[in-house]
Amino acid sequence: MTSALLDVQHLTKAYAARKVVDNVSFSVMRGQTLGLLGPNGAGKSTTVSMICGLLRPDQGKVLLDGQTMGAGKHAVKFKIGLVPQDLALYEDLSARENLKLFGALYALSGSKLQQRCDAVLDLVNLLDRAGDKPSTFSGGMKRRLNIAAALLHDPELLILDEPTVGVDPQSRNAIFDSLEVLKSQGRTLIYTSHYMEEVERLADHIVIIDHGKVIANETPADLYRRMPAKAELKLDLLTAIAEADVAALSVMPGVDSVHMSDHGKHLDVALTEHEVTLSLLNWLAKAGYKTSHFATAKTNLEAVFLTLTGRSLRD
Amino acid sequence: MTALIALIRKDLILFLVDRRALLLNLVMPILLGAFFGFVTGGKDTKDAAKIEIAVISQDNHVISQKILKGLKDEPTLLVKELPLEEAKALVLKGKLNMAVLIPERFGEHAGGALFGGKEKPELAIFYDPSQTAVLAMVKGMLTQQVMQSVSAEMFNGKSGSNFVDQTLQDLEKVDMSNKGAGELHDFLGSLKKFQLSQQVGKDAGAASSSAVANANAGLSMPFVTKEHVMTAGDPITNKYNGYAHSFAGMSVQFILFMAIDAGIGILLARRLGLWNRLLAAPVGLNTVLIARALSCALIACFLMCFIFLVAVLVFKVQIAGSLPGFIAVVISFSLMAASFGLLIAAFGKTPEAARGISVFATLIMVMLSGAWMPSFMFPQWLQTATLVVPTRWVVDGLDAMTWRGLGLDAALPAVGVQLAFTVFFGVIALWRFRRG
Repeated sequence: MTSALLDVQHLTKAYAARKVVDNVSFSVMRGQTLGLLGPNGAGKSTTVSMICGLLRPDQGKVLLDGQTMGAGKHAVKFKIGLVPQDLALYEDLSARENLKLFGALYALSGSKLQQRCDAVLDLVNLLDRAGDKPSTFSGGMKRRLNIAAALLHDPELLILDEPTVGVDPQSRNAIFDSLEVLKSQGRTLIYTSHYMEEVERLADHIVIIDHGKVIANETPADLYRRMPAKAELKLDLLTAIAEADVAALSVMPGVDSVHMSDHGKHLDVALTEHEVTLSLLNWLAKAGYKTSHFATAKTNLEAVFLTLTGRSLRD
Repeated sequence: MTALIALIRKDLILFLVDRRALLLNLVMPILLGAFFGFVTGGKDTKDAAKIEIAVISQDNHVISQKILKGLKDEPTLLVKELPLEEAKALVLKGKLNMAVLIPERFGEHAGGALFGGKEKPELAIFYDPSQTAVLAMVKGMLTQQVMQSVSAEMFNGKSGSNFVDQTLQDLEKVDMSNKGAGELHDFLGSLKKFQLSQQVGKDAGAASSSAVANANAGLSMPFVTKEHVMTAGDPITNKYNGYAHSFAGMSVQFILFMAIDAGIGILLARRLGLWNRLLAAPVGLNTVLIARALSCALIACFLMCFIFLVAVLVFKVQIAGSLPGFIAVVISFSLMAASFGLLIAAFGKTPEAARGISVFATLIMVMLSGAWMPSFMFPQWLQTATLVVPTRWVVDGLDAMTWRGLGLDAALPAVGVQLAFTVFFGVIALWRFRRG
């Protein structure tokens, strides 16, 4: 991680009067994995399209390795591998034929192309299915082949635009295994998603976009540091709690906030210290409230997003 | 170049692996071409459909019998003798083109009316209103048969002789100072002498060849026609082959359908994200579009060649004109079809909407090209208007190179128009793609 491979500067894109990307700037260092996080419609895919030269920005520019990206900038495009959100595969061509096509688009041919096809098929665990058509693949296998197609030309920057959409947990794990191999090899990655657990698992650096604007651009550790609460306690009570008792809980040491729901039978308690959990449960028991179920969780990016925007990532 | 070849190769593979579509593209134009070729006369015009009419003869007079025989001898007519009601019912159902009623005493009255002296008898014609062209043809043939039969009988038949005798007697009773009556009396007197001389010849048995010929003398068509079939090569040995035109028309139609599919394919690729994936690679929009157009043109060439190969081998169609001209027409049309596909992709918003509109436009273009029905059946203004339709030129070009047997120069207008439309469609499509 020595220098910025990608430098996104003040990107702006509007359709009619609506700005879908508004003055977005961030950088990606060599070897870094950047998580581009935001709810659906936040402007992630539009940003990715401008980075890849598919859309011309109204303002701003994209520098890749110091070169400006644009529609005809083929030398710059050689450095990028795009895994689009959609399955960009020809269902009636075999997996190998698909790869040969995409490889040829990047000027690969002959034995070099064959060699690269084998290598990427091996990486995504599809070498034994090379002769089969994607129409016979599961959703997860298609997603892996989609990634393989982007890796053929050994790009410096791999951009994955929500690569796990519609994939079962097992296939998602298989995809993450492949991505972690790439990360360990020092590949530079941009990973867009609205699944915070995916970004948390991979990213060294996180950019959160909402309504086309960057609302956070830092490391996961820095993001967590901005959070007042370190943990969450979720409680289900057998009897409804009185509002006066909720107010009393809110001012207990180590408690940041208390939200009541389900007519007083469910509590979400944000804790600034993990250690207060036990004393809080004791207090409730002494006050006559029986707990049917409770769970604690470390604060995650979902909570970060909630804190920053006031709404859920999946909204 | 690697990318261009790979993209073309991809399209060709996708075309070949879709067996059902391939079969449809190959078999349908051949089936429809064979059908249209067959109903328009096929290879041999003797197989051309005859006009089916019914004749209801209620008159046994020799004139009526001669008319009936004359109609039966017409090579383009298929005459059936039926009862009146049955004939009318068949016309109503469209099973017969028309029915002609020869009423009682038609022959007698027609003879009397020949010289204007008697009331004209009626020939009732019951016809299908969708067959007005046939009505005119049959009326022409009927007129010929009636005139020949009536005049022949009046000049040298027995009833003609009786009619003249009776009329002369009638005239002698009227005032001969009347100029008209006097002239008619003189004319009929001369005719009577002619009839008597004919009768003497017959009685003497001196049947010289001229006498025999004169025995049936009467009014006849004062000319004969001699038809010269204008087709390729020797008109005696190379007859017109209706399959050549129908295969040209149907191949044009189905290749345009294939081009529509190619255009729709781009719209589907856009919807599925494949289009953006291709453009994310270091290849320009021009390369992707040119590859699509070239693959479409190659497929079109292949289809056209295959369809005409079947036409040549099975239906005896001949590329009797210039082979380089035929190849030039095929290639230029293939390029035009490819750019037509791009145009559909450029302006189509969704695959579904684009398909509906473009199929409609294609059917109109094919219809105006004269592929379904000869363009001479169109009104004059429409015949002129169709000159702006590219398919009209390609069908004409293929006709010129096949059954018309014309040279390379006859192919050049078709080739030029196809190439002009290729450029026109291509430039508009490219402009629209870039704007989008």
